[in-house]
Amino acid sequence: MFRFAITRLGLLVPTFLGVTLIAFLFIRLLPGDPIEILAGERGVSPERHARLMRELGFDRPLWEQYLNYLLDVLQGDLGRSIVTRQPIIEEFLTLFPATLELSLCAILLAVVIGLPVGILAAVRRGTVFDHSVMAVTLTGYSMPIFWWGLLLIILFSGILGWTPVSGRLSLLYYVEPVTGFMLIDTLLSDQEGAFLSALRHLILPTVVLGTIPLAVIARQTRSAMLEVLGEDYVRTARAKGLPPWRIIGLHALRNALVPVVTTIGLQVGVLLAGAILTETIFSWPGVGKWLVDSIFRRDYPAVQGGLLLIASLVMLVNLVVDLLYGLINPRIRHRRA
Amino acid sequence: MAGPPETLPEAAADITAGPEPPGPMREFWHHYRQNRGAVVGLGFLVFLVLLALFADFVAPHPPDAQYRDAFLTPPVWQEGGSWRFPLGTDATGRDILSRIVFGSRYSLSIGFLVIVLSLLGGITIGLVAGFSGGWIDSLVMRLMDVLIAIPGLLLALVVVAIMGPGLFNAMFAIAIVYLPHFVRLTRAATLAELSRDYVTGSRVAGAGLPRLMFVTVLPNCMPPLIVQATLSFSTAVLDMAALGFLGMGAQPPTPEWGTMLADAREFILRAWWVVTFPGMAILLTVLAINLVGDGLRDVLDPKLKRS
Repeated sequence: MFRFAITRLGLLVPTFLGVTLIAFLFIRLLPGDPIEILAGERGVSPERHARLMRELGFDRPLWEQYLNYLLDVLQGDLGRSIVTRQPIIEEFLTLFPATLELSLCAILLAVVIGLPVGILAAVRRGTVFDHSVMAVTLTGYSMPIFWWGLLLIILFSGILGWTPVSGRLSLLYYVEPVTGFMLIDTLLSDQEGAFLSALRHLILPTVVLGTIPLAVIARQTRSAMLEVLGEDYVRTARAKGLPPWRIIGLHALRNALVPVVTTIGLQVGVLLAGAILTETIFSWPGVGKWLVDSIFRRDYPAVQGGLLLIASLVMLVNLVVDLLYGLINPRIRHRRA
Repeated sequence: MAGPPETLPEAAADITAGPEPPGPMREFWHHYRQNRGAVVGLGFLVFLVLLALFADFVAPHPPDAQYRDAFLTPPVWQEGGSWRFPLGTDATGRDILSRIVFGSRYSLSIGFLVIVLSLLGGITIGLVAGFSGGWIDSLVMRLMDVLIAIPGLLLALVVVAIMGPGLFNAMFAIAIVYLPHFVRLTRAATLAELSRDYVTGSRVAGAGLPRLMFVTVLPNCMPPLIVQATLSFSTAVLDMAALGFLGMGAQPPTPEWGTMLADAREFILRAWWVVTFPGMAILLTVLAINLVGDGLRDVLDPKLKRS
């Protein structure tokens, strides 16, 4: 296992370097004056322009510029936003809990509904229930989630008036950020109704963001279960007269879960891409909306930092999933690459 | 494990084959027909293609004609609606039905072009990587790892930020997003084929490298690529609409479905129809493509068949 982990970690290094290279080149590939892009100053005098070029290292050869960037990144310095003048890493870390809370709720929803639905569809293969699950999940998988969000807003916020349209918390409350998770912070703050307000703000974005992972997990669980249910050991268990719930829940599910865990892990990228759209629709103050706003404000250092951080995050989660996979499936861990 | 039957890839490409008895087309159709959803999806896609081709005759109004007497008219079955605008009008008095009909041109052709672009790029890079091995192979694969680590929509946004918003640039951006999938698939299939006897035979017979790549090996790598291409086609349509929705794809007044949704956002609580119908068009199109993709997978790549 140790060997497997080391090999897997070793693969991460070139990928991370590649991502830093892309982030580095992003700024250099943008059309226009690098001073305007990086320092946000336009119309400066030629002397100041030359001085800034020197300060920012633009007079150096490209490889040296990259090395400097890499050193900065490794020390946690991602530069400053040209709009707010705040360090980008701080901005990201302030907004990230909102995205994390939303993503965790979405994946929780997807697993809590998708897993049992997938199992049930496999067990009742060929029934009306199975066919409806397949139809509904295919629709969910094909859903343009930005439209889905707008539809839910029309129905639940417009017609029924049940949920708020945007934000994380009603303006009536102010909650000191402790964990950054609104659900927890509102509980800690002891304000009457604050928790409910946070919950009502969270419901629609969670549903929207969770839709595609839910569909994918349900379908994956179904097909994994179908495969496992055809195995000899399941037949043996049946022949021994074990109760069906025991066969399904214990013998089959445990083996079917292996590919499902991978699928869940792979949803992280989907979630982060989905967060860009979901947060934009619901004005959710997370990193997805921040990235889109930064692109529109031409705050390119922020985009660069966000790109690097999000890609690193995806890589990290994929690493954890791979290690987890090796942990549950010995065949992977002992395979020589 | 034997590879997929070798007659099938041609069948997929050759849709206009004549009625000759049990030709590859007939065989393909016989298997494809088993999947009822796939047939329905194909029917809808054909309908959509016809709609796009004959939009000028089908659509009741030009896509950008503004009727000043009819801002935000509701659809015909609602109070205040009329047959003049069956699905209502938007905030500048344009007929929504006509815009959706014309929009089918954009979504279909762009999705198609994206896939062609990344398929061509992916096949070439994948073949080169698979054939050369060694450090070129490692370099290419690590590069693809990097591209895959960045969530698709984010990568597309970044490319659009570099190139500037617009239909063509968005198309290019999404093609880059899908590139790694095709590279990986082509490379994996190439590596599997390279050790086969027929490749060695062809090599011994003196076939040059380009011939080995594109004539000998490539046709046998096609089935998984076709399946992946169909599935990516649907996500490409989705991503294109998403970029349009974020204001980074097609620019108004282009009647692209995602862009229409972006225009409609501020009216969602006053006029549900401006939001509902363009999105419905996206959903149905993507659904149809996915159904076709499922059907193709069942026929072309039985190994992948689930259930």
